[in-house]
Amino acid sequence: MEVPILKQGDFLIATIQAALTDADLLQLRTALVQQVVRARSKGVIVDVTSLDVMDSFASRTLRDLAHMIRLRGAETVIVGIQPEVAFAMVQLGLRLEDVATALDLEEGVAYLNQKFKSIR
Amino acid sequence: MDDEIRVPIGSDQDIVAARHKGRALAAELGFSSGDATLIATAISELARNILTYAKTGEIRLKMIHGSIRKGIQVVAQDQGPGIANIEQALRDGFSTSGSLGLGLPGVMRLVDEFQVDSQNRQGTTVTIKKWKA
Repeated sequence: MEVPILKQGDFLIATIQAALTDADLLQLRTALVQQVVRARSKGVIVDVTSLDVMDSFASRTLRDLAHMIRLRGAETVIVGIQPEVAFAMVQLGLRLEDVATALDLEEGVAYLNQKFKSIR
Repeated sequence: MDDEIRVPIGSDQDIVAARHKGRALAAELGFSSGDATLIATAISELARNILTYAKTGEIRLKMIHGSIRKGIQVVAQDQGPGIANIEQALRDGFSTSGSLGLGLPGVMRLVDEFQVDSQNRQGTTVTIKKWKA
């Protein structure tokens, strides 16, 4: 299932709506890395609120996505990691390292706005 | 409910199917949503190991009865190359596939009981159990 990507001002918003296969996640990564330049976006928000499992592949793919987007000159924030998912990730030993996270979409937008305000 | 649920693993879609079935069984047995997430995550990792190292295999799920509580048993079995050095594979940070390398030790932390049987070139069977709190 393809993840829809919305353009909202300077940002791209990808909302994961169902359980994704590895191929879907890789497709999302590629699509975002391409579209961030095409849309001249400054920030990307990936909303994982409906993701009920974040395993090693998913977290590695999201981390790679954020790093690739940073190389393209934009910032990524992952929003909506559910408490149970966060617990399982930590138990499993998964880390998103230096990738920004926020509670929900609203906080994610606020984070990116703040980030760009300080750059200007 | 005592029947075993078998999920053949041969593609990334099967990983999603296996963890869905695991979560459904956990919910049916009354596991908390947090524990169901741990079970689904463990299944995802075991199924991915099958796909990565053996290409095909099977995940089997079933309810088990302990002396005082119920639980879920997950068996991940393949006829792949096997694990040459189990002790090494259970150490944090070790991987032969260039992946994250915390597969098995991570899974071990998600569950209550963990057992791995593997012979070089004769496949791998990982059995995990999670008891209802």
